[in-house]
Amino acid sequence: MALNASRNDLASGAIFVALGGYFALEAMRYEFGTPFRMGPGFMPVVLGGILVALGVAVAAKGTGKPDTEAPAPWPWRGLVLVLGTILFFAATIRGLGFIPVVLISGLATALSSSRNSLLSSLVISVGLCVLCMLIFVIGLGLLVPWIGPWLRF
Amino acid sequence: MDLISSLALGFSVALDPINILYCFIGVLLGTLVGVLPGIGPTATIAMLLPITFSLQAETALIMLAGIYYGAQYGGSTTAILINLPGESSAAVTAIDGYQMARKGRAGPALAAAAIGSFFAGSVATLLLAFFAPPLARAALNFGAPEYFSLIVLGLLVSIALAHGSILKALGMIVLGLLLGMVGQDIYTGTPRFTFGVRELFGGLNFVAVAVGVFGVAEILRNLENEKEREVGVTEVKNLWLTRDDIKRVIAPILRGTVIGSVLGVLPGGGHILSAFASYSAEKRLSRTPQEFGHGAIEGVAGPESANNAAAQTSFIPLMTLGIPAHPVMALMIGAFILQGITPGPNVINEQPALFWGIIASMWVGNFLLVVLNLPLVGLWVKMLSIPYRVLFPAIVLFACIGTFSINQNIFDIYAIAFFGILGYLLIRFGCEPAPLLLGFVLGPLLEEHLRRAMIISRGDPMIFLHRPISATLLGLALLAVIVAVLPSIRKKRTEVFVEDD
Repeated sequence: MALNASRNDLASGAIFVALGGYFALEAMRYEFGTPFRMGPGFMPVVLGGILVALGVAVAAKGTGKPDTEAPAPWPWRGLVLVLGTILFFAATIRGLGFIPVVLISGLATALSSSRNSLLSSLVISVGLCVLCMLIFVIGLGLLVPWIGPWLRF
Repeated sequence: MDLISSLALGFSVALDPINILYCFIGVLLGTLVGVLPGIGPTATIAMLLPITFSLQAETALIMLAGIYYGAQYGGSTTAILINLPGESSAAVTAIDGYQMARKGRAGPALAAAAIGSFFAGSVATLLLAFFAPPLARAALNFGAPEYFSLIVLGLLVSIALAHGSILKALGMIVLGLLLGMVGQDIYTGTPRFTFGVRELFGGLNFVAVAVGVFGVAEILRNLENEKEREVGVTEVKNLWLTRDDIKRVIAPILRGTVIGSVLGVLPGGGHILSAFASYSAEKRLSRTPQEFGHGAIEGVAGPESANNAAAQTSFIPLMTLGIPAHPVMALMIGAFILQGITPGPNVINEQPALFWGIIASMWVGNFLLVVLNLPLVGLWVKMLSIPYRVLFPAIVLFACIGTFSINQNIFDIYAIAFFGILGYLLIRFGCEPAPLLLGFVLGPLLEEHLRRAMIISRGDPMIFLHRPISATLLGLALLAVIVAVLPSIRKKRTEVFVEDD
């Protein structure tokens, strides 16, 4: 589809409008106050409105000016594995404990690069696990179980 | 206290063996991340903030500052050797430095960069020591209206100096300001934008936002197109400058120092701008401008001095006003706060050992950097062969564990993922992340001072124009925006376009 507009501008404009809109609408529910005594809603409503306006302006500026460069491919594997790993880490660090979580997280992120094989990813994750244990748990005394309560019988 | 005795106090702190050690670790890490493309000082300092929590305030800040100016050094090494600026401000150095390396003159290029950086760093630190105290005294008289205008000025100047679309940069600042408002309202305690999540009542975690927007987003960006780096120059010999070289670099180093010192104080990437300003100045003043772009040593010495001078003077607004000039300084504010110190004009009186210790440590650090960089340049070349595929899992894990260790708060880690994806999308669509972080840090301050000023004036916005200092600051802010949208300047801005870290 030939789109006679900059996709980048339209997309970033849309993000601004969506986020600005959310902040402004949500802030409507707080007390607005007067200029003399501004309430908690004053700044967010004003700034949210400005952000929506800026989003529209960015999108408007992009119309009629298509991007010159082809968009880069989406790094799907990286998006899923890197973001998934972070969520996994948050969800399980207390339950599974430091060693298993760091091993699995290291392996999963390493695999998100198409240049890492399973073997090299394993090596990376074991190496990182040792390194992180030394720095954070032994060096800095981070209070977290090595093996978490979920894995104890 | 006069300057001499203050500096003596500073050196007694900076020369403490523990502090020398951490200063060394700081500049070493800084050089390392400066050399390695794909990870910059912003993400590094964000990840290391939690680690510094257990250190003394002086030690922690000396180390973090070392990372920042160390990265300016390291960035030039990669720029010269493989034509890949490890650090955005080194982009200019790559132009002539890489050409010199291709002609077998990598040694003199590295030496000119290091000597220029050392000289400029030392002089700019002296300027910092000289100008910070009177500025801090003046800032003590600032009230809410002045602070509000100052923050507005800082935010708007950062747009004017940034590259890319002005509208998008404005949008990123406003988005950052809004994100800074998440959490309980300071006056009424009303929870805002918290989705009823108790962990959000204290606001979004600063480290999580910084690591997400700068660390994770950058990784995703790099995974789009994976390339291996090629190291063209594997051996560097003959680090000495010839007599002719020395004659050619003296004036550029001096001019670069002046340009960098002045521009470094400006918010929003003064170090990048100063490198470009110095390069174009040298090219214009040179008797042989045709040599530029083909390995002119002036084109290495000038910009390198300028960006290092700027790196030091950009501490001035932070240490005297508590206003960060760019994201790294915003992280330094985070470090001050983690240590229980409110950055601002009071630091110099209440924590003189800290204030002067940091300044004195910059000389120590600059000296260590010369030692680290010139004889050990071979080691850094080796570092370049560490593949990115090994590096980025480490960044992700360090980000998660480090953020978790600050408050033992699971929610902060979810925030990394959220800001990682948001940052990635925005960067992909051509928005720079730096203004967002600046807005995020300054948002709460901006709101507090605005509301306080309006209470003082009983709701009359004219207070900002009736107070002379405040009016001047706002006038400067307006000027910055006008200058930024002028067509001739716009053209210059596109010319100096570089990839920010």
